[in-house]
Amino acid sequence: MADYTLKLRRFDPESGQAAYWQSFDVDLGPERSVLDGILKARATEDGSIAIRCSCQAAICGSCAVRINGKSALACNTKLGEASANGVDEDGAIVVEPMGNMPVLKDLIVDMDAVHWKKIQRVTPWLLPEGDPPEREYIVPAEAMIDVTQAMACIQCGACVSACLSMEVDPEFIGPAALAKAYRFVADPRDGAAEERLRDLAEDPHGIYDCTHCFACIEACPKDVAPMDQIMRLRRRATSDYEIKDQNAGYGHEQAFVRIVEKWGTLHEGQMPVRSFGQGSMVRGQTDPSAVGKLLDSAETGVNTMRKVGPRRFFLHHKLPDQKQVKRIFKEIESKDERIELNMYIVGHAEEPGVAEEIEPRDVTLGAPAEGGTDS
Amino acid sequence: MKVAYWPGCVSRGFTPELHGSMEKVAPKLDIELVELDRANCCGAGVIAEHNTELVDTLNARTFAMAQQVEGAVGMMNICSTCQGAQSECRERLDADEHYRDHVVNPHLEPEGLKYEQDGDWWNKNFLWLLVEDIGLDTLRERVVRPLEGMRIAPFYGCYIVRPQRRLGYARCPERDNYLEQVIEALGAQPVEYAGSHKCCGFPVITMNKETSLRQAGRHVADAIDADADCMVTPCPLCHLNLDLQQPEAARYVERDLGLPVLHFPQLVGLALGLEPKELGMGKHVVGTRDVQRKIAALAAA
Repeated sequence: MADYTLKLRRFDPESGQAAYWQSFDVDLGPERSVLDGILKARATEDGSIAIRCSCQAAICGSCAVRINGKSALACNTKLGEASANGVDEDGAIVVEPMGNMPVLKDLIVDMDAVHWKKIQRVTPWLLPEGDPPEREYIVPAEAMIDVTQAMACIQCGACVSACLSMEVDPEFIGPAALAKAYRFVADPRDGAAEERLRDLAEDPHGIYDCTHCFACIEACPKDVAPMDQIMRLRRRATSDYEIKDQNAGYGHEQAFVRIVEKWGTLHEGQMPVRSFGQGSMVRGQTDPSAVGKLLDSAETGVNTMRKVGPRRFFLHHKLPDQKQVKRIFKEIESKDERIELNMYIVGHAEEPGVAEEIEPRDVTLGAPAEGGTDS
Repeated sequence: MKVAYWPGCVSRGFTPELHGSMEKVAPKLDIELVELDRANCCGAGVIAEHNTELVDTLNARTFAMAQQVEGAVGMMNICSTCQGAQSECRERLDADEHYRDHVVNPHLEPEGLKYEQDGDWWNKNFLWLLVEDIGLDTLRERVVRPLEGMRIAPFYGCYIVRPQRRLGYARCPERDNYLEQVIEALGAQPVEYAGSHKCCGFPVITMNKETSLRQAGRHVADAIDADADCMVTPCPLCHLNLDLQQPEAARYVERDLGLPVLHFPQLVGLALGLEPKELGMGKHVVGTRDVQRKIAALAAA
């Protein structure tokens, strides 16, 4: 039987002491979960260890923590894997409470203060239009496929914990709440999609505050890919409703897309002007708010000009086959409907070689928890 | 080793020293670069945000051009963002035959191009290619100026570390540790600090400058506090936020910064005996004088 050391971040607000590390050795097989390990330590060594948990099967979403610095469900992470991916010098599995939320005790964070507050922020209920139907709302099944991924969320908060935008901007609405917002924006029964999108686009801490770092995608135990849902919100805000937000989210997207359509590669010198001018070079240089934003970046502008020279700054070459790139833009953008291959529905291809890397399960240890010490 | 070479936009735009240094380093490692000079922007996540069929088609076009390069072992890029954006498109192209051959590829037909799904074909950042296809042993043999005593803070760029499933970590699980491995192979010491695998903030520099530069500033500050001589990154977009924007970032974190940030090929080039000037190190916004002085002292030793 393998021996694992769990190094837990302990904190008791009533003790008056600062947080500290405490290690526990647990005898459990590699296929058992980190949560099994923590519960065993609690049952056999220290009954004061605090962690939220319920189903122990990655369904309820209660036991999200950070394991070796990565946000995950404790019940969904095997001791063997956690130990193999360990970062600690003495080989221990390091378990901390989730990030971006205040710690209440040990591994328990204040979900109300952050996660649930942000979920409330996006009006997480249906806002149907017109008089209600006599019976239930009828929705064609295929119309709901698009939102199934966002609906798979179990509200564990792992993405909130991992979010790198929230780390520097606690006011960011964040991955879980924005994925939830998409669930309603894309629901055919909802009548407030445009208002919802306008609200989230205009908020400086809304959809355009996501730094596109993939940390939420990596952390989510249910493949919700919150960042992808944020990108879908942006797509609808810009392409379907042309919401010209004060954060220049619309302008930035338009600037980038139109520059590549025109030149084939990115003309960086035009990006800030076009972005602040809602995609237009003229507006970017005449609209007072755009000019103000440009002046705010004057130092970097001057440094860039000094670095690359005026030629590279102002002039840009078209690709030799730019006609072809333009044609592709036209063919695709003139379609009545956007085509999106949804990987959540299609499914991910098996990575070659994965099968060899899964550790063989020790069948002799396949029995369930011993004698109730784990619960 | 012959590769179809996609330098990306930024390496020929606001960080021309990156493309320049890669061209200098390649012959030192027997890499023959066949530049894809007709290929288009990868979309950097922004065209994906606009229209996924469009971005998949644009990158299928680049892949198809790379696949036509005779004798090439694969395609190489020098930008974490290109790597991630292109891997994302390739994942969709490879996942569904109908989508690939009846939605995307027809757009390429007028040019005589077609993206072929092929599990053995690859598109790798120079960092991956260096470790996996050239190998650290060969690299060590080629080092003529070990960077002894230099403390270097690695900065990967999000697109090359997440999501792991998309980026081939199942086959190559150490890809998030390659910078450290190369830094050691070059004789220098990798610096441990909180920000190495975090976000530079560049994608939101236009929409929320504060969120953006607080990230860049914090990582630079953490690297300074960990006694780094410089940072190194395989991503020119990270370089824009970490170097070009560093003077402004200092204001958002309310402290002095001033840490040189090298492009990955520049660091490799220094150890392979190239001079800082050849590698365009005079072009950075944050001066690289201190690094150059250390290099000069190594050469004299």
